[in-house]
Amino acid sequence: MIGATAPFMVSKSNHVAKAFPMTTEHPVLSTHGVSIRFGGHIAVNNVSCEFRPGILTAIVGPNGAGKTTYFNLMSGQLSPTSGTVRLYGEDVTRLGAPQRTKRGIGRAFQLTNLFPNLTVLENVRLTVQSRAGLGLNMISMWASHVELIEKAEHFLHVTALGESRHELASALSHGDKRKLEIAILLALEPDIFMFDEPTAGMSVDEVPVVLDLIHHIKAQGDKTILLVEHKMDVVRSLADRIVVLHNGYLVADGDPAEVMASPIVQEAYLGTGMAEHV
Amino acid sequence: MIKTLLSGDLPRSRLLTAMLVVVLVGLALAPFLVSGARSLNVAATICVFVVLVASYDLLLGYTGIVSFAHTMFYGIGAYGVGLALHGMGPSWWAIFVGTAGALALSLVLALVIGLFSLRVRAIFYAMITLAVASAFSVLASQLSDFTGGEDGRTFKVPEILQPGFRLFDAEILGRVVDGKLITYYLVFFSALTLFLFMLRIVNSPFGRVLQAIRENDFRAEALGYRTVVYRTLANCLGALIATLAGVLMALWLRYVGPKTMLSFEVMTDILLIVVIGGMGTVYGAVIGSALFILAQNYLQVLMAQASAAMSGVPFLANLFHPDRWLLWLGVLFVLSVYFFPTGIVGRLRTKAPARGRS
Ligand SMILES: Nc1ncnc2c1ncn2[C@@H]1O[C@H](COP(=O)(O)OP(=O)(O)OP(=O)(O)O)[C@@H](O)[C@H]1O
Ligand SMILES: [Mg+2]
Repeated sequence: MIGATAPFMVSKSNHVAKAFPMTTEHPVLSTHGVSIRFGGHIAVNNVSCEFRPGILTAIVGPNGAGKTTYFNLMSGQLSPTSGTVRLYGEDVTRLGAPQRTKRGIGRAFQLTNLFPNLTVLENVRLTVQSRAGLGLNMISMWASHVELIEKAEHFLHVTALGESRHELASALSHGDKRKLEIAILLALEPDIFMFDEPTAGMSVDEVPVVLDLIHHIKAQGDKTILLVEHKMDVVRSLADRIVVLHNGYLVADGDPAEVMASPIVQEAYLGTGMAEHV
Repeated sequence: MIKTLLSGDLPRSRLLTAMLVVVLVGLALAPFLVSGARSLNVAATICVFVVLVASYDLLLGYTGIVSFAHTMFYGIGAYGVGLALHGMGPSWWAIFVGTAGALALSLVLALVIGLFSLRVRAIFYAMITLAVASAFSVLASQLSDFTGGEDGRTFKVPEILQPGFRLFDAEILGRVVDGKLITYYLVFFSALTLFLFMLRIVNSPFGRVLQAIRENDFRAEALGYRTVVYRTLANCLGALIATLAGVLMALWLRYVGPKTMLSFEVMTDILLIVVIGGMGTVYGAVIGSALFILAQNYLQVLMAQASAAMSGVPFLANLFHPDRWLLWLGVLFVLSVYFFPTGIVGRLRTKAPARGRS
């Protein structure tokens, strides 16, 4: 692990609407028959699913199954052709990504998505600044908000990126870019974490850092975690529940052991060249 | 103190600091350093262009918005104050009314163009601004009863700003304190204030978001920043500051006309200066404006001298004939872009440690 300090600052989840009951009975995030069509291709087809706090849901499926598209529909990068998305009971289908982020969704992207010509620290500082709601301040100097910088440095420390804080994001190695992507997600301090293949392309010694971080988020007990992951050993060790997407359809949903054993998953995976991951 | 004034964004290069100090001192003391109306006119033009170009860089360099409507806002400011003084007579009240009216019109136009088109692709946005600006320029020429048409309007300024005015009889450093001197310092200090204000904006949390949007607007959205709001605000700020630059220019020239205030040539000058000085750094506006406007005004004189000196060699004399100054300005531009693709300021700063770029 990275040092003895707790990797997360104690933070209140002040995203959540006050009246919303935070028990595992109530889904914080749900989709109701969402579909999206790209031309003639339906990438996500009538998917209904609910996500509850304290539970890590792994979303699996072969390449092109629609996992990333489903994420985009939930975090607001895309609007569905039909169906609704609910966040804390509120219909957010027509809201964009910024509004959903403000309501507590945090997203780490599969294809690294950074500010390439800004420094590593600035990438994270901008995130902390957004979380602090300071973006429209034109009067003060950014550098005078020391607390934001310190907080950003904390998240770099947690993700083992402290050394490269003054490098440009574009100069990082692939693995470090993936870590920066996660540092940004942590800096958003969301209630709902969405990881899209966080360890893809990382070297073997970097993977544990990321898995440790996810473990820690899970250990907090009240976070909702969605994880798209191809590595089945990772899924087995982390997931409380597995959802399987295939050709845009939700084909299985439930307890990890059951889902893994179900014939439909065996077929979906073994039939599409995913065997090496199982 | 200086650090606060410069909003923590120091030049970070000795040579750049030296150049900025030379420009600042030169402009601050221009009325005492140079004689003649022309030289002072060059100095005042540099002051106004620093503001105009920096406000454009707020859009292009910091936020990544390509707009061709910047001269329109500059023109609105100039015409606003010019027509008010022309119609209401030379009073400070007329200046106030003209400026306030111009700012209001610019704000509305910036908002409308912005909301209509900031959601579309950058190329369409650029074309919309181009169309609106052309329409506006045609309108200003056509409504000749109101605007003076192609000839523009000359007008009187309040007495204290008139060239004939004497504040007192004695001279300071061998120069009479006349209305022209007072106007110059009005322009200089207004420009300095606006410049420092823009330096603050780009170094504020808001300015940092603008750079994030330029880098990756998709990611900025995912962080919770509503990019439409930020782009629209940047657009409005740039428009308002350009309007004020127009007000200053009109007060200095005591004239407004479509050629000096609204023509596409002004827009190309702004673009050239931004590129020469360096995009995404307000200091670039200072260095770029100073060099460009000096070259524009003195290249001809310099070439006349060079041409005369080479009169023995007809080919060279011909090459440096003053009529070819535009060609040489073009050559200088191409060379500067070739050797300093990130602009003069960008070039000077890359030599400094990378630390400061955070
Ligand atoms: N913007 C788009 N326009 C057109 N087609 C798209 C778009 N985005 C995704 N698709 C298509 O939708 C399908 C699902 O893509 P998606 O990226 O969601 O799959 P995935 O499950 O994340 O796959 P992978 O495991 O490779 O990441 C693919 O066939 C893809 O080509
Ligand atoms: Mg994907």
